Amino acid sequence: MINAENINKYYGKFHVLKSINLKIDKGQIVALMGPNGSGKTTLLKCILGLVIADSGEIKVDGASIKNNFEYRHKIGYMPQTAYFPENIKVKDVIQIIKEIRGEKSATDFELYEYYGIENFTDKKISSLSQGMKQKVSSALTFMFDSDILILDEPTAGLDPLSAEYMKLKIKKEKDKGKLIIITTHILNEVEELSDRMIYLLDGEVRADRINDSSGTKNRAESILEKFTDLFKSYEWK
Amino acid sequence: MNGNKILKFIILDILRNKWVITYTVFLMCISAGLMFFSKDSTKAIVSVLNVVLILVPLVSILFCSIHIYNSKEFIQMLLSQPVKRSTIFFAEYTGLVISLSVSFLAGIILPLSFYGVSTILIYLALTGVFLSVIFSAFSVLISISTDEKVKGIGISLFLWLFFSVLYDGLVLIIYFAFNDYPLEKIMVIITTLNPVDLSRVLILLKLDISALMGYTGANFQKVAGSMTGIFLSFTVLIMWSITPLYFAYRKFMKKNF
Repeated sequence: MINAENINKYYGKFHVLKSINLKIDKGQIVALMGPNGSGKTTLLKCILGLVIADSGEIKVDGASIKNNFEYRHKIGYMPQTAYFPENIKVKDVIQIIKEIRGEKSATDFELYEYYGIENFTDKKISSLSQGMKQKVSSALTFMFDSDILILDEPTAGLDPLSAEYMKLKIKKEKDKGKLIIITTHILNEVEELSDRMIYLLDGEVRADRINDSSGTKNRAESILEKFTDLFKSYEWK
Repeated sequence: MNGNKILKFIILDILRNKWVITYTVFLMCISAGLMFFSKDSTKAIVSVLNVVLILVPLVSILFCSIHIYNSKEFIQMLLSQPVKRSTIFFAEYTGLVISLSVSFLAGIILPLSFYGVSTILIYLALTGVFLSVIFSAFSVLISISTDEKVKGIGISLFLWLFFSVLYDGLVLIIYFAFNDYPLEKIMVIITTLNPVDLSRVLILLKLDISALMGYTGANFQKVAGSMTGIFLSFTVLIMWSITPLYFAYRKFMKKNF
């Protein structure tokens, strides 16, 4: 579904992504992990076309994303922090995204209804808390039933109940055969949700493992141990 | 199609901005006040022109910079949707230019038109819109090129200061330093290199009052003659509008968000 071949990205002299090769198929939840500044968000943004890779090729469903924008019909993206224009109402934001993606393609209103967004559609964005903005952003991400969902720290900023509902929703979407890529620093979340874990360190894929949740009592601790070893063994330049 | 929807959305957002409303009301007060207290409408238009030449570039360059920096995440959100990069760029730029031009026309031209519509008023409207277009393009170029908000706004302010204040001083220094040489044609070229000077000359050529034209304007009229001068001014203003916009577009297409 997503195929990244030899992706390199520099920010000035800083080599952010170093020859990344990844093949990610549908029907799974992939957790992209790594310390701050390891290149997780840059990699996601390369897939979305927000950041343009210096070399290499990314293909979505076999088609190159270079000079292509139509492929983003297949992707729902929830950024780490949701920001919308301050002077407009929630309903205006929802309307513009609906108009861009096609009114008829808005079919999934589960999060929209669960988060009670209908109750504050007439409010101005500037009057919403960051958590409420995050709810609007997540409802919009899931609304268009996209085949690929890219969620950058999806539960950050949400209250515990909303975060739990978000996790349930992610699992449901996976069961529909979708590909979900999440970045998170919460190990319990990785353990609970992911089928595959990709660990980035200093712009390189340092570990790519299938999450086998059988047998171990506390998977989160086990993941932490593995990645702490990996982190410590890395020779910092 | 998507471009029109995004454009509509951006204009709606900007026109609701309290600073844009304040800018419009402030311009209205100035133009209506100057017209009301002045007996000679030509003198009043020259006074309004001086305000326009200082204020329009300043507000355009500052407002656009702040808007682009504040819209960074929204632009990211649009870029993650199935929309062309170029569509987003032109929607943002056109949205800013239309909103600022509407504010200017409503603030300056509307009150003045109550005292009668003249050719000079149309020229004033055109130069005001050109200044909004040019300085918005510069501002978009700077904001896209510099990720740091404070640095970007600082560069924008310096550019405004350079074109509005420092430039004429430099022209005078050049004139006095090379007084013994025939500088007239060179001075005309130097005038066209500053869109603010060019706008001033354009209006004053039309008003035909050389006493108020300043050194660059007087020179311009002498060398180019009124009609040729006006045509030349508009051509160069169009060039000034396109050039920074072209570079901003190229930067935007390659930018990492």
